[in-house]
Amino acid sequence: MVAKIRAAEIGAVNVGKMFGTFTALSDISLTIGRGEFLTLLGPSGSGKTTLLMILSGFEAPTSGRLTLDGRDMTATPAEERAFGMVFQGYALFPHMSVEENIAFPLKVQKRPAAEIKRRVSAIIEMVGLGGHGHKRPSGLSGGQQQRVALARALVYEPPVLLLDEPFSALDKNLRGQMQEEMRRLHRETGTTFVFVTHDQTEALALSTRIAIFEKGRLQQLAAPREVYERPTNRFVAEFLGEINILPLSGLQTCGAVAGGRFEEQALVVAPSERPGATNLAVRPEYMRLHLARPDSGNAVAARIDHLTYLGAETRLALRTSGGANLTLLMPTAELPPALEPGTAVWAGWSESRGFLL
Amino acid sequence: MSHPSRFLLLIGPLLLFLAATYLVPFLGVMRWSVTLPASGLGQYKAALGDPLVLTVFWRTLRICAAVTVGAVAAAYVVTLLWVRGGPMQRLVVELCILIPFWISVLTRAFGWLALLSNKGLINGWLQALGVLSEPLTLVRNEFGVVVGMTHFLIPFAVFPLASAMRSLDERVLMAARGMGASRARVFWQVFVPMTRAGILGAALVVFVFALGFFVTPAILGGGRSVMVAELIYLRIFQSPDWGLGAAISVILMAGVGLLLAALMRQVRQGASR
Ligand SMILES: Nc1ncnc2c1ncn2[C@@H]1O[C@H](COP(=O)(O)OP(=O)(O)OP(=O)(O)O)[C@@H](O)[C@H]1O
Ligand SMILES: [Mg+2]
Repeated sequence: MVAKIRAAEIGAVNVGKMFGTFTALSDISLTIGRGEFLTLLGPSGSGKTTLLMILSGFEAPTSGRLTLDGRDMTATPAEERAFGMVFQGYALFPHMSVEENIAFPLKVQKRPAAEIKRRVSAIIEMVGLGGHGHKRPSGLSGGQQQRVALARALVYEPPVLLLDEPFSALDKNLRGQMQEEMRRLHRETGTTFVFVTHDQTEALALSTRIAIFEKGRLQQLAAPREVYERPTNRFVAEFLGEINILPLSGLQTCGAVAGGRFEEQALVVAPSERPGATNLAVRPEYMRLHLARPDSGNAVAARIDHLTYLGAETRLALRTSGGANLTLLMPTAELPPALEPGTAVWAGWSESRGFLL
Repeated sequence: MSHPSRFLLLIGPLLLFLAATYLVPFLGVMRWSVTLPASGLGQYKAALGDPLVLTVFWRTLRICAAVTVGAVAAAYVVTLLWVRGGPMQRLVVELCILIPFWISVLTRAFGWLALLSNKGLINGWLQALGVLSEPLTLVRNEFGVVVGMTHFLIPFAVFPLASAMRSLDERVLMAARGMGASRARVFWQVFVPMTRAGILGAALVVFVFALGFFVTPAILGGGRSVMVAELIYLRIFQSPDWGLGAAISVILMAGVGLLLAALMRQVRQGASR
């Protein structure tokens, strides 16, 4: 068990970054709370690394301010912020052993030799690298190098830990192990984590909140369940996974429910405050297949286009009479027998599972 | 055609050329060293027993070591400016590296003579400023030889250093800075050790080059700081001691070979550890 670290709160106020005439980040405002696990998620080139570089102090923002526990830190150089950083590709010191790598930040802080020795060996045990302390990074596997990078960033108990796609080079098993380790480290140390990943599932599994970026803009910042189930726009909805989008006509709101028509069917959904949100969105896994019109909930008539067997689940591609495509994801065990392309079916879902977009 | 044979066809002429111009003459020199004037290892015994030869070997080693340290250290600073400096610094460094290549060894040695001699510019200034009353002996001694050779060899050390500095992962330096390390600590504890292979490579190039220096020591040493290349020249061209000259050459070659092997091992160990 590691002692709880004084975690910091960092803030960005209207931060922008230009490279020449190219806008890499525009008008980013967010607050990362003490002990939070914030994930930056977005397609390649959306500005995630740029924001991390600005938070760490290796790049200066072209506009806006940064705060650390409420105080301005825009002009504070990286070596004074001294946030822990795990770079993509690990950036270990190739000429130092694992122990020397991990001891480096403690030597910078001029800790007594005995304390350095104790803390280095404690953290080596914690990340499961006991017995590898005398090796050079080049003698370690990818996952082991990753853990050295994490240990080196954690050992001096920085108030903030910044991680740029730290698992990108790992296989699925190792990735799972490392995710588990990260979760445990976060729980045990209480440090503020800012994590960059390309992997939606990883983001949903690890984070307290997720910030979604597109083309240098912050699209949504919310808890995993909220960004997945109540995305604020179509980009976020589609980026986090497959989604069915049904344009509604004659949409009307009446108290706590809204209703409209899609093809021949009247559909019901929770109302939205956003003007212009006239599409009903449902994730494929919330739709169920019926052979007759279900008694309750929303349903749309369609024909099976094709089935994809995925083991525990089966993916169904449907086409409605109006020619719209729908995707369903169902447990294979719940599938009615004797389905084949062309079969007439109903795609139904509970009214609370859809939302307006 | 299979790959190995095509490879051989491409590289074959070069191998033949190298064999004709280096290997065959060197084998000839080796034969002289064991046949002239009589068969046997007598010349080697004579060379290693001759105090003059040993003095020259020892002096050569001393001068080359000093030149290596000086040239590599100076080249490190120059390369740092070249690889990591601003556009203006880069341009200046490029000119400083390229221009010396256009000026012959001879011209440069005489240039240093003009600067360093007793009536030269440096002594003139120092005396005019009243710093010195008697001229300082800066040339016609080992100091002058070391200065001239160091100056000549700096550009050769720049290229191995530049390739090491260019291939260095910037993020490793950032990582060190991010942990709060000062610029000096990042430089001495991260940057310099990470360019170790380049430093060793540059040192090897300079040292081996320096061993064969002839013109610069002859001019700036004023006949008093004879180095091994000049000694071989004297033995072969100015006295009939071909066998002894050849034996000294072979000893020099063997020394260079051993040094190369040791350095290769060092570099490889550094990379694999
Ligand atoms: N030093 C730079 N000079 C010019 N443009 C840059 C520089 N650094 C980043 N950019 C541009 O800024 C944009 C955002 O880059 P960034 O590295 O932040 O993306 P990212 O979200 O981390 O992408 P990825 O997921 O591929 O790592 C990109 O279009 C990139 O080309
Ligand atoms: Mg990136």
